[in-house]
Amino acid sequence: MVTVLDRDGDLRQRAWDAAASVVDPEIPVLTIADLGVLREVVLDGDHVEVAITPTYSGCPAMNMIALEIEFALERAGFQHPRVRTVLSPAWTTDWMTEEGRKKLRAYGIAPPQASNSRRALFGAQAVACPQCGSDNTELLSEFGSTSCKALWRCKACREPFDYFKCH
Amino acid sequence: MSCANIQVSETPLVLYALRRADDALILGHRLSEWCGHAPLLEEDMALSNIALDLIGQARELYTFAAKVEGRDNDEDKLAYLRDVRQYRNLLLVEQPNGDFAQTLVRQFFYSAFADLYWRAMMKSRDATLAAIAAKSEKESAYHLRHASEWVIRLGDGTEESHRRAQGAIENLWAFTGEMFAVDDSERGLIDAGIAVDPGSLRGRWLTTITDVTREATLALPQNEWMQQGGRSGRHSEHLGHLLSELQSMQRTFPGLTW
Repeated sequence: MVTVLDRDGDLRQRAWDAAASVVDPEIPVLTIADLGVLREVVLDGDHVEVAITPTYSGCPAMNMIALEIEFALERAGFQHPRVRTVLSPAWTTDWMTEEGRKKLRAYGIAPPQASNSRRALFGAQAVACPQCGSDNTELLSEFGSTSCKALWRCKACREPFDYFKCH
Repeated sequence: MSCANIQVSETPLVLYALRRADDALILGHRLSEWCGHAPLLEEDMALSNIALDLIGQARELYTFAAKVEGRDNDEDKLAYLRDVRQYRNLLLVEQPNGDFAQTLVRQFFYSAFADLYWRAMMKSRDATLAAIAAKSEKESAYHLRHASEWVIRLGDGTEESHRRAQGAIENLWAFTGEMFAVDDSERGLIDAGIAVDPGSLRGRWLTTITDVTREATLALPQNEWMQQGGRSGRHSEHLGHLLSELQSMQRTFPGLTW
């Protein structure tokens, strides 16, 4: 009995590790585990099903991510892996790991602040510059190069930068 | 494969999901028409981003509608193989882009409504609708903020931008009443705790609209007469032109996939 459980535990861990190695195609420093997109790995016999949650409703990276997960699992020896999308609970940037936030900052993207999605309509937010660390920054555009980012500029070092919006 | 129109069994719940999906798809398509044409690069990206959110919401809702219907339809068939009279979107969202003011005022009216609507729908007794709403609500909050800031900037900007923003409000106002209308088919779902009663949102919607337009130095029309028809398939002439573009690939090459 114990050996059976161990075998399943090992397999599940191997499947999780394979899925967790998949990176966001638009922000390749972040894995889907860093992002909090990877929710669950379920083992049914030798078949594996991975549950992911979309970041934004229309994020085009999700299809790519699902495909990459299937490839990663097949490379790890799992046949016919399945990827399931779960909508609830809705993804939030609060699920991004501390490690993920560090990687983002090192990559030049300001990480999301703690979620306050019901903030006042014109509420101010202070976003620190990922280059020089200054809080003296301004919003240039609420919508950036991907669904999840806004465009900011640092008034101290004059560098524009992406901010991963809290969601 | 054929490119004939599909038939949809419009039970109240299927119809309910289709109406919301059609709103999101048609408005998303309208916004996508700005791609490469917006007055600023940032706005080109913003409008495309918002379009993407809306089309994503539409996909979830179409998939839900197809599942509830339980026949052979799916999100693609529902989007590509229904004709004008089968579309159930609000007349507001199919109105042409016009100038930038017209597009932003249309977005402002819709987003101020959608933001309240999704938040209320998060309490739906249907778990899928509640989940779609929880996702969409976060997106609509950004859309509303973006549109509100632009309405203020245009209204309180130059004489020219003020004139255009005021003109857009007057042009689109008569299409806002339809957002709050309820028919018998939806009444049952509202009573069952599945659908949102839009009438209950009207007061808060009007407060948002009044506050922002006041800051924008714009005036709301006194006209109380409202145009309806989209929810039952009676559309303005603009929707047919939009669909002929949106559906042209599937109608020309039935069953086409990427």
